[in-house]
Amino acid sequence: MITSVEITRHVLVPKHEILSEGEKREVLKAFDATESQLPKIVVSDPVIQLIGARSGNVIRITRKSPTAGEAVYYRIVVEK
Amino acid sequence: MVSRIAKMSFSILSPENIKSLATVRIVTSDLYDVDGYPVEGGVMDPRLGVVDPGLHCRTCGSGIGECPGHFGYLELAKPVIHILYTKAIYKMLKISCQKCGRILSSDKEGAKRSVKDLSRNPPNKCPHCGAAQGKIKFLKPATFYEDKEELSAEEVRERFERIEKPELKKVKFLGGRPEWLILTLLPISPVTTRPSITLESGEKSEDDLTHKLVDIVRINQSLRENIDIGAPDFIIKDLWELLQYHVSTYFDNELTGTPQARHRSGRPLKGMIQRLKGKEGRIRGNLLGKRVNFSARTVISPDPRISINEVGVPEVIAQELTIEVPVTKLNIDHLKGMVKAEKVNYVKRPDGRRIKVTSENKKEIVENLSMDWTIDRQLHDGDIVLFNRQPSLHRPSIMAHRVKVMPYKTFRIAPQVCPPYNADFDGDEMNLHALQTEESRVEASELIDVKNNIISPRFGGPLIGLDLDQISGIYLLTIGNKVFKRKDAMEMIAAAGLDIDLPDREELSGKEIFSFLLPDNLSMEFKANCCVNCDTCLHERCKYDAWVKIKDGRLLTGTIDSAAVGAFKGKIISKLHRVVDTEKIKEFIDNCGRLAISYLARRGFSIGISDLDLPPAIMHHVKDRVDEAEKESNQLIDKFGKKTLKILPGLTAEQSLETQILNVLAQALNDISKIVEQHIKESDIIVMANSGSKGSLVNITQMAACVGQEAILGQRIKRGYSDRTLPHFKKGDLSADAHGFVTRGFKQALSPTELFWNVMNGREGLMDKSLRTRKSGYMQRRLINALQDLQVRHNMVVKNSAGQIIQFRVGEDSVNPSKSDWGEVKWLE
Ligand SMILES: [Mg+2]
Ligand SMILES: [Zn+2]
Ligand SMILES: [Zn+2]
Ligand SMILES: [Zn+2]
Ligand SMILES: [Zn+2]
Repeated sequence: MITSVEITRHVLVPKHEILSEGEKREVLKAFDATESQLPKIVVSDPVIQLIGARSGNVIRITRKSPTAGEAVYYRIVVEK
Repeated sequence: MVSRIAKMSFSILSPENIKSLATVRIVTSDLYDVDGYPVEGGVMDPRLGVVDPGLHCRTCGSGIGECPGHFGYLELAKPVIHILYTKAIYKMLKISCQKCGRILSSDKEGAKRSVKDLSRNPPNKCPHCGAAQGKIKFLKPATFYEDKEELSAEEVRERFERIEKPELKKVKFLGGRPEWLILTLLPISPVTTRPSITLESGEKSEDDLTHKLVDIVRINQSLRENIDIGAPDFIIKDLWELLQYHVSTYFDNELTGTPQARHRSGRPLKGMIQRLKGKEGRIRGNLLGKRVNFSARTVISPDPRISINEVGVPEVIAQELTIEVPVTKLNIDHLKGMVKAEKVNYVKRPDGRRIKVTSENKKEIVENLSMDWTIDRQLHDGDIVLFNRQPSLHRPSIMAHRVKVMPYKTFRIAPQVCPPYNADFDGDEMNLHALQTEESRVEASELIDVKNNIISPRFGGPLIGLDLDQISGIYLLTIGNKVFKRKDAMEMIAAAGLDIDLPDREELSGKEIFSFLLPDNLSMEFKANCCVNCDTCLHERCKYDAWVKIKDGRLLTGTIDSAAVGAFKGKIISKLHRVVDTEKIKEFIDNCGRLAISYLARRGFSIGISDLDLPPAIMHHVKDRVDEAEKESNQLIDKFGKKTLKILPGLTAEQSLETQILNVLAQALNDISKIVEQHIKESDIIVMANSGSKGSLVNITQMAACVGQEAILGQRIKRGYSDRTLPHFKKGDLSADAHGFVTRGFKQALSPTELFWNVMNGREGLMDKSLRTRKSGYMQRRLINALQDLQVRHNMVVKNSAGQIIQFRVGEDSVNPSKSDWGEVKWLE
């Protein structure tokens, strides 16, 4: 019987990384955006819980892209 | 500074509101004095806004177009029922006590019951003071009774005034005070909402609402005078009823039970409701359905000789559409010439007055024309206009064209621009918009000129290219080794309007002539549409001349057809996009089309039914193959009956039978197709199929030899009568011909049952098409609504109008498809 699954190893789950405060500032500056203008991800998201990100963290998601090979996306962790 | 709206509330205008909104108190029904100036205190008072060009508003100081207009007010001699609130008044009368003015319910304060619920069954005794309540009645249009006793508007108002504020909180009232439902002050709408029109004769014609207001003010005055002199009650009541009538019809002139207020001519006046209501009303007619000036619409027809970024505009349209031009030092002489030639419709003086140019006054206008004037000049050759065909499903549904004024009454376009508009010439109409500002003209010519939209922003290939006869023409010109005498070549080139220095030779090949259109720096190799996919491709030595090889702008081998210059697939067009500028591509597409038509017109191009003739022996061959297929399917049916049929995995016996029969019949049609391909004689029908201009081998087979299986929902035809498709067959007949197999070709004519199968299939296609377009149309609408305010910022980030990031890099690869090569970046090859 399977009791737990490591979801980050699933093929459909892209790489999630927590950005440092410095990196976060850089991202916001590069895209000329405020925190509220970033796409969001809820703190209850399974991957967010697994990597231990907290509200206010910015997550870098690196996924496979049919057009570009690899694409980077950022999301800010928010409470529900 | 951006402020946010925190709260909004809706309520009835109070008399205080009406007064504070107003700038003028209306006291007289006179409009103009003897000199024609508006009278102060009249309903055309200059403080109510400006409608005359050149004048400035007495209230806000701005001119026409800037001044929004300002309200006035009229003190009514006696209150009047607001005709649009009669229902609310009726309900309020029913639910409030006639004696103590409290709400007729024992609810506590703040209960918020709906007025509608309470008024349905009001108690006949007040729960607060115990007073018996009379029966309230409402008689259209605006009379209220209490136990047969008529209540005047004043009485109703007094009654409502008695309802105290805490009482009012027990019900969901509209907002504001109930007594405001009865008018004591009438707001006078700004003159900008009812501008007067000055006729050519100088006479003024007033708006319907102004007429109405004059009536109201006049009756109001005489009512006040009669009250002041203490006239008898019946006179006062008559006058009050007249006032009520006028105020009511001012709001709504289609009241049931009320005669319509009419103009002197007998035409009913337009009330406020009439302005808003209905198809031509403000909402449906002006806000949802917008009409624009400087536009024209007519039928389109083809002109293969004009450029793809031109549009032929009928003279009558060019004379009607105008462009505003300011008179300057540089153009004044030119413009004077245009006025003299009557190419100018109107001139506008600095005081804002517009003068129509006629042959009588043009001399005078030319003399007076000076720098601060503007003129409305007619459209002429070279003007840039927007051209559009509905449904506007994608960006290239609107593109900018250059005007070419032409005789007759249709818009003319080059056949090459039909694909982006999805236009044909079976009666299609298109819209044209004359651009009015310099900025818009520059923007149009840079962004949406046809020549800058040859490559689709959807798939990165050409949207614009040759079609139909143009492809047949260029195919026939370039295939094989056609040789033309110098004289013939020259004639053909001249007829195509090309300016080419022919090399000093007595004979020229079709490929050479085509090569004149190619730029020197173009080199490429590809398979033409007519390539038959030989087992081993011989490239340059292909016996079908299907290997196109272009070296330094010279066509060495191969045939130019739809794969080279066709819309949606032309490889030469998409490659040209990377070696020359768009102007040159435009010229190539123009010249190519003209050359093709020029050659085709010389050669002649025609098809006939005999093109589909097959030798009798071959027809027998076809017949044998059909018979064989029918036999095979009968064998399958036999096996099915004996339960010895091979059952396919995952299918029932019936499904296995169907699948196998379909396969057998499809194989037969395939074989017949091959027979036809081998034995049909060369003809222009074959040219059309090979070049990709129209039709395919399937169509030819269906016409010449055998139509094959007609399918409904991908299956053999099954529906119809019980256990059979038509009464012509035995019940339970599973044979091919009882289920939609058509053994003959269209040329041989179908049997009645076969025709029926064909029509069934045709109908399914029709239904499918209309259903699909509806579905995809709605899908498109939803997508557009969702995406319309997203934009790609300078750093390739996709954001919405609130600055929220949608995508960090557009399309993840930031490739602009209209600058790509079929969606890919191949610049560095
Ligand atoms: Mg059509
Ligand atoms: Zn004003
Ligand atoms: Zn009472
Ligand atoms: Zn080949
Ligand atoms: Zn070949």
